[in-house]
Amino acid sequence: MTTTHLGMPTVRPKPEREPEDPLRWGPTFAEAAHGTLQDAQLRTNLRRATRTIRDKRLAVTAELPDWEALRDAGAATKADVMARLPELLEQLEASVTARGGTVHWARDAAEANRVVTDLVRAAGATEVVKVKSMATQEIGLNEHLEAHGVTAHETDLAELIVQLAGDRPSHILVPAIHRNRDEIREVFASRMADAPPDLTNDPRALAMAARAHLRELFLRADVAVSGANLAVAETGTVAVVESEGNGRMCLTLPRVLITVMGIEKVLPSFTDLEVFLQLLPRSSTGERMNPYTTMWSGVTPGDGPQEFHLVLLDNGRTRALADDVGRQALHCIRCSACLNVCPVYERTGGHAYGSVYPGPIGAILTPQLLGVGSPGSPDSPGTAPDPHDPAATLPFASTLCGACYDACPVRIDIPTALVHLRERALHPVDGDGRAVGRPTATGLAMRVAALVLSSGRRLGAVSSLVGLAGRVLRGRRLRHLPFPGSRWTLGRDAPPLPTTTFRAWARRRGERS
Amino acid sequence: MSARGTTARDAVLGAVRAALADAEPAPTVPRAYRRAGERPSGDVDGLLDLLVDRLEDYRGTVVRCAPGDVRVAVAAQLEGAGSVVTPTGLPGEWSSAPGDVGVEVRVDDDAAPLSHAELDSTGAVLTACRVAVAETGTIVLDGGPDQGRRAITLLPDRHVCVVRADQVVAGVPEAVAVLAEHPGRPLTWVSGPSATSDIELVRVEGVHGPRDLRVVVVGAG
Repeated sequence: MTTTHLGMPTVRPKPEREPEDPLRWGPTFAEAAHGTLQDAQLRTNLRRATRTIRDKRLAVTAELPDWEALRDAGAATKADVMARLPELLEQLEASVTARGGTVHWARDAAEANRVVTDLVRAAGATEVVKVKSMATQEIGLNEHLEAHGVTAHETDLAELIVQLAGDRPSHILVPAIHRNRDEIREVFASRMADAPPDLTNDPRALAMAARAHLRELFLRADVAVSGANLAVAETGTVAVVESEGNGRMCLTLPRVLITVMGIEKVLPSFTDLEVFLQLLPRSSTGERMNPYTTMWSGVTPGDGPQEFHLVLLDNGRTRALADDVGRQALHCIRCSACLNVCPVYERTGGHAYGSVYPGPIGAILTPQLLGVGSPGSPDSPGTAPDPHDPAATLPFASTLCGACYDACPVRIDIPTALVHLRERALHPVDGDGRAVGRPTATGLAMRVAALVLSSGRRLGAVSSLVGLAGRVLRGRRLRHLPFPGSRWTLGRDAPPLPTTTFRAWARRRGERS
Repeated sequence: MSARGTTARDAVLGAVRAALADAEPAPTVPRAYRRAGERPSGDVDGLLDLLVDRLEDYRGTVVRCAPGDVRVAVAAQLEGAGSVVTPTGLPGEWSSAPGDVGVEVRVDDDAAPLSHAELDSTGAVLTACRVAVAETGTIVLDGGPDQGRRAITLLPDRHVCVVRADQVVAGVPEAVAVLAEHPGRPLTWVSGPSATSDIELVRVEGVHGPRDLRVVVVGAG
């Protein structure tokens, strides 16, 4: 019997090149969502996964009598951190340095990538092992290292799946949430050279295949790159919260450790750990505590990496900090609870957001990190405000239902920030508060509406026309309006037109009585 | 101030200060949650029961014993491991437990640390802990002499950890208060065996860290 290789419809070929900007890789949200909404498998996978994790989170947060008080403490601590950021960063630098670590600063992604690459080269390494990290994804570190001859091995199971599949992450915590077990088996069988020939789709078998694949890598790696969940200014303690033990492997075995952390992750004191080590695990994986948390402070002789570098990253954070409504996006502890409760995320999936930060928090963080509609400052100019920029459409990827606000462990008021950023995206202003950019369709429509509504005669004429059109359509819905209305119907159906005007209706009522 | 010609450090700190020019002052952090020392601590048995319940929920193996029976209890958990790595500072009464069940002892000494390959080929590791959190089922190691450096509790596939009743605290704030005595030490918080939920959020116990966590809880006697 001969067998024919039929290919693997579930595993797309790797893209020829990675997207230029990990914060903005796709079309507008509405266009991208049109594509992902067609994917029935994706929606099934996401519905199952988000429901499971929602129930777990609710169970473990309800268990604590002081959960709301912890949220209050977490929210206020983050506001305190933002208000005192300069002194806390300087204190963190001093603490880490005093304990034998080296602190580096990076204004943007390019600078951070350069710093890390130089450190890897100085260590004489051609490969690094990586702990899952949003900051290094945000700056496109893996692609940059690759371009400079350094192989970056992702070691978190979901990141490994995404990396092997040539995929993009679609969730902050579970980047391969859009894949089911059959798809993952296909990815391993076709892309992992040492996958067992009889690999099944059993999650345990898949996890064990990953363990065997990565073990040798952990034992030989000389350099590790990680992110950080938090760092304590007072003691220089850096923490990585994880489940699988790949983090412990990377943070313990290699000789050199390079950690890239956004400047907003600093916490004032060691005592603050008592708040965040309760808020984070219960909100993210819905566990009382995650299996492993590693904390270290500089270098410990004879234990763990003997060379430690902490790279403090700005990359648009100071621009977000300057916005008194938007700055709360920097309070985010990357738990992903807001993704799991979002009705929009559950249906469109993470890829529709076109950013490493999807979901409700991504919708307010991504545009701010990119400076969408931001006047900027002399030191960090905003990008040219453009409401047609894909990232400028993200604040509209929400029903404003508020579920994200209810779920957020540090009480980030995402709905208010979304509305604020919608305003910024549609009506960008320059440094002097003057409107800039191309006029938008909405802006034009509002001007026309003002013209019509300011005169009773004009309103009457337009109403009669609408009534006529309504009688022609006889209550049918318009799914696609012609341009420029097509931009509006991209994300919604137009309501059925009335067959009569309000005035005519009122007149008839008057005649009857 | 221009970003050109200045260091990245000055530029970032300058941008942070500029961004905060009109910001409100720092709020006072309300701490109405249960803090260290605010919980009744009299009921030791209740705490131990809670710890055991939480550890078993994570699929860790838990055995309880009286202070006089630690050696026997530890020996039973090491059975079949073949070899065990120990830190230098284990209490005398249990350091001879491996010999009781024919398990070879490999001591990890600062002067002659075992290589990663040697640790990887060792069947088990035996340690004490610094503190344990009942409410979350968490054991914290801080690298003290009875716990050793981080690598020894990472590479062997079975971790046998002895927890004394007086090391068990109610919640996370109490544990942080204990650890704050030596904040510079490297810490490993362990809550059950390693696990992943990356495939359809189905929890699979045992990935890269020890797949087999066995906790010996020693009663107050």
